[in-house]
Amino acid sequence: MSGWPILSVITFLPLVGAVFVALIRGDDEVARRNARFVALWATLITFALSLLIWVYFDPASKDFQFVEEMPWLGGAIAYRMGVDGISMLFVILTTFLMPFCILASWVSVTSRVKEYIIAFLVLETLMIGVFCALDLVLFYLFFEGGLIPMFLIIGVWGGKRRVYASYKFFLYTLLGSVLMLVAMMAMYWEAGTTNIVELLDHGFPAGMQTWLWLAFFASFAVKMPMWPVHTWLPDAHVEAPTAGSVILAAILLKMGGYGFLRFSLPMFPLASDMFAPLVFSLSVIAIIYTSLVAMMQEDIKKLIAYSSVAHMGFVTMGIFTGTMQGIHGGLFQMLSHGIVSGALFLCVGVVYDRMHTREIAAYGGLVNRMPLYAAAFMVFTMANVGLPGTSGFVGEFLTLLAAFEANTWVAFFATFGVILSAGYALWLYRRVIFGELDKDSLKAILDVDRREIAILAPLVLLTILFGVYPGPILDVTAVSVEHLAQGYQDALAAAQAAVQTAAVAAQ
Amino acid sequence: MSSTVITQDMLIIMSPELLLAIGAMVLLMIGAFRSDGGLGIVTGGAIAMIITAAALVNLMHVGDTELFGGSIIIDGFSRFMKTLILIGSGVALIMSIDWMRSANMDRFEYPVLIVLATLGMLIMASAGDLIALYLGLELQSLSLYVLASIQRDSTRSTEAGLKYFALGALSSGMLLYGSSLIYGFTGTINLAQIATMAGHEGASVGLVFGLVFLIAGLAFKVSAVPFHMWTPDVYEGAPTPVAAFFAAAPKVAAMALFVRVLISGFPTMTPEWQQIIVFVAIASMVLGAFAAIGQRNIKRLMAYSSIGHMGYALVGLAAGSEGGVKGVIIYMALYVAMTLGAFTCILAMRRGDAAVEEIDDLAGLSRSNPLMAFVLAMLLFSLAGIPPLAGFFAKWFVFNAAVEAGLYALAVIGVLASVVGAYYYLRVIKIMYFDEPAPAFDRMSGELSTVLGISGVVVVLFSIYPAPLVSMAAEAAKALF
Repeated sequence: MSGWPILSVITFLPLVGAVFVALIRGDDEVARRNARFVALWATLITFALSLLIWVYFDPASKDFQFVEEMPWLGGAIAYRMGVDGISMLFVILTTFLMPFCILASWVSVTSRVKEYIIAFLVLETLMIGVFCALDLVLFYLFFEGGLIPMFLIIGVWGGKRRVYASYKFFLYTLLGSVLMLVAMMAMYWEAGTTNIVELLDHGFPAGMQTWLWLAFFASFAVKMPMWPVHTWLPDAHVEAPTAGSVILAAILLKMGGYGFLRFSLPMFPLASDMFAPLVFSLSVIAIIYTSLVAMMQEDIKKLIAYSSVAHMGFVTMGIFTGTMQGIHGGLFQMLSHGIVSGALFLCVGVVYDRMHTREIAAYGGLVNRMPLYAAAFMVFTMANVGLPGTSGFVGEFLTLLAAFEANTWVAFFATFGVILSAGYALWLYRRVIFGELDKDSLKAILDVDRREIAILAPLVLLTILFGVYPGPILDVTAVSVEHLAQGYQDALAAAQAAVQTAAVAAQ
Repeated sequence: MSSTVITQDMLIIMSPELLLAIGAMVLLMIGAFRSDGGLGIVTGGAIAMIITAAALVNLMHVGDTELFGGSIIIDGFSRFMKTLILIGSGVALIMSIDWMRSANMDRFEYPVLIVLATLGMLIMASAGDLIALYLGLELQSLSLYVLASIQRDSTRSTEAGLKYFALGALSSGMLLYGSSLIYGFTGTINLAQIATMAGHEGASVGLVFGLVFLIAGLAFKVSAVPFHMWTPDVYEGAPTPVAAFFAAAPKVAAMALFVRVLISGFPTMTPEWQQIIVFVAIASMVLGAFAAIGQRNIKRLMAYSSIGHMGYALVGLAAGSEGGVKGVIIYMALYVAMTLGAFTCILAMRRGDAAVEEIDDLAGLSRSNPLMAFVLAMLLFSLAGIPPLAGFFAKWFVFNAAVEAGLYALAVIGVLASVVGAYYYLRVIKIMYFDEPAPAFDRMSGELSTVLGISGVVVVLFSIYPAPLVSMAAEAAKALF
């Protein structure tokens, strides 16, 4: 399966689609239709190809697979691609969600359709690249490059405060990332390479780890986002068009968590251990505080945005326990949240396309006119709450389990988040779906059409499937996660032993 | 190498410079004696000479050598910088063809002055002693002063020229004073010998004093803070093609001189000049970023942007290493591509045969001219240093060198300043993409769209195949060590 560069093909196929869209002439209805279909086919083919990775992936190996390497910038910096158990599923999550994003924008985006499609396809290339890159510079290039299309998506096709939101999104994320860039340079000079595979085995000196960890944390904490640097997220979510919110919540946020798993934990284990209490505190604050904030929101998208911050709190908490369960749980939670939060934003998009408002107060009693929609929304709400039997449960349970082992109080407070999430999510559901259908504007609202069923049905199925049978995900990731957790524990033990030896020697 | 007899070999080696010197005089004669001014012939001749000079610089196999007792140095570094200078000058001249036609600016002096300035810059890139340095610098500067005020009926243009001249004369004075101190304390004007003397006798107070004055003069030429005051006024007041010319080639030449003087002339005094360069770099990056925020005129914005970019380029020099010089070279090459592209767009901002310069005039450009808006947006993202565009790699190389040299504070402040800088570039993009369209601009002329296209391709596609420029820059940097 090493005959052809499958990862590069998957990464750059959407870009080829974007070039095709750019070549379509005219701006009439036919041209727009063609642009949409080109994009749909490009994303579908990309998804189909990415499934080949899953098919040919060897889950028994902890090494990177499908590795490609080509000279690029000269010196030690090369074009390197590859996936392991941790990154592989993120690639598939990205390619899986993109066709839905294109479909979700099918009728709602009417101005500058070609540019919109191009921005999304370029964004897909950059996002897949982030998860496939095995070189620091290449990773940074994809990681930061994603800002450009997302900035334009929010700013051009966004809501009323789109300019403010797009600036905030861009500058916040850039500010975090440039510090990481300096850290990457320091790593390059320390290790003499930017090859992530070699850096994973390098073992940075303890004093340096602290600084590197902080610089990477600045970037990933913003991207994640963690409390208190989460404030860009609600603005960006609210103002972005539906598909933009889906991408933000489902994939862009996962880059932060992926970064922690790929860099912070394995490369800087001592610093990770040292800063774990800080991360736990921030995570618990995020879980409780943003849940409370979510409860008081009057805008549906904003509520979901805050709930995303709370759910990401579970992820960071799980990852920095450094145990098998914690990392596994965090990883699963990210994938599940990718599906669930993406689906929730798509649900909001469905009613937004009809009513053009996101005010919770503008809705009520939708179940009377939209039974199918109510059912789908119910499944995602339950998954968001973390009800057993949905995919949301597995990740939260595993991370709480790991946190309980690491620090009982962290687990104690984090569990409140589960209760609070039931509070805001069910209350939202009650206000939007149940009750009397007494608003005149809602009297003629129509249930989901065929296109929307095609969007929501697969997501409903996956949410329930991974809830009752998480095996496929847990199995392919197990070896890589175990390797990561083992390496982390070994590094801590080695440092401990070194301290003891030194103490003995001093006596 | 100390022979004072001028041989035929020397003349052949100096043929690019000789071509420009004699050619400029011939063009001047043509212009003066033809009744119609012969603008077309003079412009065409000037462009042809610049192209020929670029070919001579690169195609003659003369090897590395020193001429005229070490006054002129020909090496990989000078060849690369000369090529860059000639490209910058030639493209700027091509960009102004349309402007000369439409703005009723049929003055044949314009191409001649550009050729003379270019000649000065070539000498700067090759200067091996303080006299050659000063000669090249002054030939270039005097031509530039006149160019700034070439639109002599416009008060703003003449004001720009006068301001540039007054401040430029001051900085030349400082440079000369510094040179005289250096000569007094080392007894030589040759850079290599200065390096030897400074190595033997250590950094005496007088020598440090001379060095500081020399750096001040050079910092003025690259418009680094705190010697930047002339830049915004001159950019705004001078005609746009002249500003485009100012922003590209002279910056390259001055930076080449800066690098050569400090690296070849004072290698043993690195700690002394490093702290000055670090300060100048930080001040330029920070001031460039913050002062640009409030600008409404796009040329002033570009002026502050160029101040900031000189700060970034100096980060590489501050590292004082081979990697740092490589970074400076890559930075200048990509900076020229980005700046010329951006100025092409500014030149294309014409409505009803009148140039407009406010940033707000770009409103909604993404709808009235999507292609131009796209390329300009990519150029601006690139200037902001966002990957995967070329500007990111430029920053990567200079900051990487700074981190290698242990200048962590400089690197951190620099990248933070680039975030502030991103804000004002974003503002232009926001106006082009998010705002309601203003009336469309006139059609872009053929030369301008070609230049814009080339610059856009360089900026967008550099990341795919960066190796040639990187290896050429590495080769050029090696010549200084």
